[in-house]
Amino acid sequence: MRSNTLFSVLLGDRGTKIFFAVLLITTAIAPLLHLAMPEGSALHLSSYTMTLIGKYMTYALLAIAVDLVWGYCGILSLGHAAFFALGGYAMGMYLMRQIGPRGVYGHPVLPDFMVFLNWTELPWFWYGFDMFWFAALMVMFVPGVLAFAFGWLAFRSRVTGVYLSIITQALTYALMLAFFRNNMGFGGNNGLTDFKEILGFDMHSSATRIALFVASAVALALGYIACKYIAHSRAGRVIQAVRDAESRTRFIGYRVESYKLWIFAFSAVLAGIAGALYVPQVGIINPSEFQPINSIEIVIWVAVGGRGTLYGAVAGAVLVNYAKTYFTAAMPEFWLYALGAMFVFVTLFLPRGVVGLGDRFLKKPERVAEAVPA
Amino acid sequence: MNAATAIRNGWQKVFGTGARSERPPAIDTSHGPILYLEDITVSFDGFKALNALTLYIDAGELRCIIGPNGAGKTTMMDVITGKTRPDCGSAWFGQTTDLLAMTEPEIAQAGIGRKFQKPTVFEHHTVFQNLELAAAGEKSVWATLLKPLSATQRELVDSVLETIRLQDTRSMLAGALSHGQKQWLEIGMLLMQDPQLLLVDEPVAGMTPQEVERTAELLLSLAGKHSVVVVEHDMAFVRSIAKKVTVLHEGHVLAEGTIDEMQSHPRVVEVYLGE
Repeated sequence: MRSNTLFSVLLGDRGTKIFFAVLLITTAIAPLLHLAMPEGSALHLSSYTMTLIGKYMTYALLAIAVDLVWGYCGILSLGHAAFFALGGYAMGMYLMRQIGPRGVYGHPVLPDFMVFLNWTELPWFWYGFDMFWFAALMVMFVPGVLAFAFGWLAFRSRVTGVYLSIITQALTYALMLAFFRNNMGFGGNNGLTDFKEILGFDMHSSATRIALFVASAVALALGYIACKYIAHSRAGRVIQAVRDAESRTRFIGYRVESYKLWIFAFSAVLAGIAGALYVPQVGIINPSEFQPINSIEIVIWVAVGGRGTLYGAVAGAVLVNYAKTYFTAAMPEFWLYALGAMFVFVTLFLPRGVVGLGDRFLKKPERVAEAVPA
Repeated sequence: MNAATAIRNGWQKVFGTGARSERPPAIDTSHGPILYLEDITVSFDGFKALNALTLYIDAGELRCIIGPNGAGKTTMMDVITGKTRPDCGSAWFGQTTDLLAMTEPEIAQAGIGRKFQKPTVFEHHTVFQNLELAAAGEKSVWATLLKPLSATQRELVDSVLETIRLQDTRSMLAGALSHGQKQWLEIGMLLMQDPQLLLVDEPVAGMTPQEVERTAELLLSLAGKHSVVVVEHDMAFVRSIAKKVTVLHEGHVLAEGTIDEMQSHPRVVEVYLGE
């Protein structure tokens, strides 16, 4: 009989063990190499590299959010970058208000771009963002509620498959256009930037960078545990049943719409948290984060890594983004070709992604079903 | 319905919370039959698929229904499960439950399970998980997220596994089962919902002779506890399980009796067996 405690679930598969081991080692070693090694030493980790790894971790969290809805529940969302960006904007608004009177125009309350637009008052939706707890709540609340409302309309009308993917693209595209407008009050195409402090700590100090790095690692670990728990609960088996045979699942008495709705909203909340950790590390959030291509890239990360495993999504996010970092520096014009080629290659030859390749060489197939249809 | 109830129902529908629907009311079979079909007529574009069909199934009975193609066997199943609405006639489940006033899920909830011809199990779940998914009980998001299967449900899974003789494959993926095993698993999934009436459509199509034999044993073991209606073409199989056979022809009952009586019945021989 399979024990169902959280601990045994977590240590139940090799990929998860490897994921936690790598995450733990990275989180312990990277700050050490950054602080303890003298600059110029071969072992020194620059703050650029550390922030880069921190950024990858937030991408990894975003990837497991997409894996949960796509790999487990079969909802191909091409709009998750929107939830990521909304979480990022909520955090950005807090960071803007932290600047206070130190902006270029020196206005005590209004961020620079509002002064520039000759606004005299803070719009109502900026109220409360001077408090961290409120911003932190909004980081989860805004993407969650949007996903819930969107999912309610879409799933209740039984919009599925490619039609759902298309309207999620439309969602993120509409948000991008809206956020580009100066009148929206989110800084237009410049977005939010020039952050100074977070919780009173200097954003550019090593200590703050390390704290953000560790916070990203912790969020990734907790997000992973939560997704793993859901995937291994009875509800997880129901959502996998929805993925494989939706009408059959409905026929044996499950409200398929409720399951999809909750999984979608939860996943959006995870994406929002990832965005909120991303913004202070890169120092800017602007409407280009809503670009439809971004959402498609996330799906490619998951496909490359291998869907329906969670750790595959993490591996894919890190691999593809490392490739992106390399390519956009070495030969920027080839990056999109490389991305497309990678996607085609994986779809044709590695239906279970990179981790599926690893499994094939290292071990006999898993006894308990978690694989997705090839 | 007043506003408060409407809101609560809407809430439960969306959020999947709230009290589970009550167990279906007990089916009153005190007069013997569990299913009454009377004067049922169904026509498609003037063609009468069922023509004043009248049929009674007793509680605990195992009944085989045979008939040439187009005799109305599948349409009859569709009427019982609510998929097709008859033009006239009445269909009662026990003394008190009017099937014609109910939707498909309500009928399933009331205790009529149907196994379709083509097996549809969840291929990427294990045999155990397939039965777990089909278990009767609360099926809201929160219940399945927070509560593992109860001890009684677990015992039921074990006993169903034993009934369908798939104990040894409980941890195997359902997709790896043979065709016959998938059919049994699907019957097992029906049993998890504890139906009083099982409708089984061509259970042995495509099975090996050994599988046919085991299927016969399985269906015989179910009779008594459940009422079972089997539609089948395979006469050898029907002979091996049936005590009572109903022959349908052109949408109504041509004859009813033991298989031997049917095989010597002149009209039956003429329309069907004499082919």
